[in-house]
Amino acid sequence: MTTSDRTTSEAAAAGTAAYDAIVVGAGHNGLVNGAYLAKAGLRTLILERRHLVGGAAITEERHPGFSFTTFSYALSLLRPEIVQELDLVRHGFMPLMMPSSFHPTGDGDYLLLGDDDAQNVQEIRRHSPHDADAYERYHHDLDRVCQAIQPLFDNAPPDVFGKDPEDQADVKWLLDHLGGVDRKVMHDVVRLLTGSAADWLDDYFENEAVKGFHASSSIIGSKVGPMSPGSALVLLFHKMGQHDGHLGAWAFHKGGNGGFTQVLARAAEAFGAEIRLEAPVSSVLTREGRTQGVVLEDGTELTAPVVVSALDPRRTFLELVDPRELPYDLVDNVSRMKFRGVSAKVNFALDGLPVFPALPDTVDHFGGFLNIGPTLEYMERAFDAAKYGWYSERPFIDAALQSVVDPDMAPPGKHVMSCFVQYAPYELRGSDWESERDRFGDTAQAVLESHFPGFGDLVLHREVVTPLDIERHTGLTEGNIFAGEFLAPQMYFFRPAPGWSRYATPVEGYYQCGSGTHPGGCVIGSPGRLASRRILRDLQR
Amino acid sequence: MIRTTPFHPRLSELNTEGLYTHWQGHLSPLRYTHAPKHEYFAVRNSVGVFDTSPLYKYRITGPDAERLLAGALVRDIRSCRPGKAQYTIWCDDRGFVMEDGVVFRHSESDFLLTAARPNLAWFQALAGSLRVSLEDVSDDHGILAVQGPRSRAVLRELVPEVERLGFFDHTVAKVGSAAVTLSRTGYTGDLGYEVSVDADQAVEVLDAVLDAGRAHSLRPFGEEALMMLRIEAGLPLVDVEWRNSRVAFSDAERVTPKELGMGWMLRGVRDGDRPFVGRDAIRRELVDGTSRWATVGVVVDWADWDRLHRAAGLLTVKDEHPLPYESVLYSDSADSGDSADSVDQIGYATSLMYSPVLQRHVGLARVRPAFAEPGTPVRLETSLLHHNTTVAASTTSLPHFNPARKTAKP
Repeated sequence: MTTSDRTTSEAAAAGTAAYDAIVVGAGHNGLVNGAYLAKAGLRTLILERRHLVGGAAITEERHPGFSFTTFSYALSLLRPEIVQELDLVRHGFMPLMMPSSFHPTGDGDYLLLGDDDAQNVQEIRRHSPHDADAYERYHHDLDRVCQAIQPLFDNAPPDVFGKDPEDQADVKWLLDHLGGVDRKVMHDVVRLLTGSAADWLDDYFENEAVKGFHASSSIIGSKVGPMSPGSALVLLFHKMGQHDGHLGAWAFHKGGNGGFTQVLARAAEAFGAEIRLEAPVSSVLTREGRTQGVVLEDGTELTAPVVVSALDPRRTFLELVDPRELPYDLVDNVSRMKFRGVSAKVNFALDGLPVFPALPDTVDHFGGFLNIGPTLEYMERAFDAAKYGWYSERPFIDAALQSVVDPDMAPPGKHVMSCFVQYAPYELRGSDWESERDRFGDTAQAVLESHFPGFGDLVLHREVVTPLDIERHTGLTEGNIFAGEFLAPQMYFFRPAPGWSRYATPVEGYYQCGSGTHPGGCVIGSPGRLASRRILRDLQR
Repeated sequence: MIRTTPFHPRLSELNTEGLYTHWQGHLSPLRYTHAPKHEYFAVRNSVGVFDTSPLYKYRITGPDAERLLAGALVRDIRSCRPGKAQYTIWCDDRGFVMEDGVVFRHSESDFLLTAARPNLAWFQALAGSLRVSLEDVSDDHGILAVQGPRSRAVLRELVPEVERLGFFDHTVAKVGSAAVTLSRTGYTGDLGYEVSVDADQAVEVLDAVLDAGRAHSLRPFGEEALMMLRIEAGLPLVDVEWRNSRVAFSDAERVTPKELGMGWMLRGVRDGDRPFVGRDAIRRELVDGTSRWATVGVVVDWADWDRLHRAAGLLTVKDEHPLPYESVLYSDSADSGDSADSVDQIGYATSLMYSPVLQRHVGLARVRPAFAEPGTPVRLETSLLHHNTTVAASTTSLPHFNPARKTAKP
């Protein structure tokens, strides 16, 4: 990749270069932010600790010929404005349609949904005539909620604590918008922001498998079960994503999510940003409450009036700067912010396609997510273990055989299988992840074996990515994939902390643009984009 | 009674939808699965096969075969060596386009011409007393288009000769025991090949391609996917982009080669000495600059599209299915929001779709020559909640999608 072997400019290598802005961390939000800043004409430097860009959105050849999406593995939340404004298609942006969703029901049967709504309704009706029209109503209700909150999602939260006229105008904008929302929709918004996925789904569906299918997005990356209050918020967040305007639809980017961040890197460079790899930042330089630049771990000082942290809030506020220079309430909030990663990955290189006994001769059920979480109860029981510091004996698995849709991910006839496995709490009670790594991998593989007999014979290579690995490799605190849990008190006005949800920090010239800021995690880009707007506005003043 | 193609016995087994259209009297699948967009992505990212057998095919042989075609076709067949093929058009004597097709030159005196509609009588009439034999061989062959970035890798396992084929080259070869003509041609704007095979060995060849393609995620694709692909590729379609002059009632339905965007075929026509049907009229058009239209691409402004839909309380779902009707183009000065005055009409989009690969609504359009400069702002007619309106768009050059692999040397 051109990005990984680029040479740094001599001036920069000498440590004397002055930049207009330095972005710390070349995760996808750092790249988005740096691209927007460079597009606006700022001399922008993006610093990355590792040997490749992408943060948690990377693709690595972990077995010869097999491209693993080590962490993040699919695309939906990415805001379509970013694709257009950063001209990403020109740099290779290519989201491949996932034509199906496959949900084994645990009894040998399955739910297989695709691109034809009428056929989907028939598939639901096969399991429950009652749920057939409920399915349409469910999606329509959710779509209307997404419509209602989309302006909140795509704009910085107003500063409800601010006093100046501009803040008050922002608050008025918000209240006016909410005032125009239909009252059923508003009620649904509140139910989704506060309630459990199980309660929400119970209002529509009777069939356990249908509920299980829809509940899968309610637990991703979060220390909740589908019966926990708060799980509906996680479900709603995922529904805010889209593929070509279809809400809640996902795609595989060409070459995995690492393929996507390579596109972002090329775009950023095309706008003039410089990306420097293997350049870990040890701290942000400040003087009298103002940013001066950064110091690399090798002692190199790089100066810039604007420094943007794309790292998570813990690292942004407690590591890159001296927390003693920050207001106590901010430090206190960030210290107490919930991360609590509960997700792991088990990625496989396979010698061929797994066989689902009820669908022995087809491949099309492997065109998208393969969802192992047959019922709400299955998922809730998987969660139980995590409450008490242990991983699920029968975990929930969100799997994807990306090579079915993108054959370049594996040698001909072979496949990669990305398995997102939950629950795997960051802190294990009475053991540690190094001791449990293999047994955890075996546990996930046993679940796959139970649905796909003979699965083990196909395994050429297996890689277990524990929450600890996620933290070590990506820097995401406690391996939380969203850089801070999706809990109501950690969203919108309060993300990452009350009073600091608008991308600035108490240090002048120091900004935040990671997924720990509004609207939140997933490969979404909005934090990077919204932060760039804030920075550019501040610079104009 | 509706006919089926030589590949139909096997391809119909792979069709889970039972959705067909009628193409030149043959069953032709609209799609094979619930997701035509997935079939489209097979061609853009791996490999797909399309049954293009319903095309008419004419074998033209004899010492005067070249002379006939040189006088009938707009492109100069004399520059086409044996082993090469040409995409071409033919016109009436007023210089209006009748049809298009691909002519394959097998030897000095042996050609095969494909066409979307029957054309034998027209060519026979032109042949007059020339020493040439014209034969309708449409039913003798099946043609399987193997298209997409992995098409070469799939065919390599069956026909090593594929490695040598440059863009629009063809060769005879064998797939198993079946004699085939393999050409680097297609209608998708991507790397791709077409395999022509005797009808009675068509299924055998298809099976070999399907087997070789399995490890490459090969899948059959139907007409819905094909339409998306060809619009991105800027490839016109008779009865959509233009009307065969022979069956048009008004000159407003007719187009000249230049108006159809085929000006590139006219190199040498202005000053050359090759007579062909329609030449004098085409020459006058070139000399006098009387073209009424220019064919351009049109790209819808994404932000305006989203704004329109959001303001109407609608989701901004992007539908990749091409519109089945024309859309009028207005000059940018026309009022937005209301039905624009027809005096501001500066053209029309003949095809329009949302392109998943380009992430934009794109179309093929014809505009008055003054608006042809790429980047010219225009407004595109659309309707929203039963109300006519317009959306911002701009003209662009064609093709919309043109990967280097399409024409890259082997």
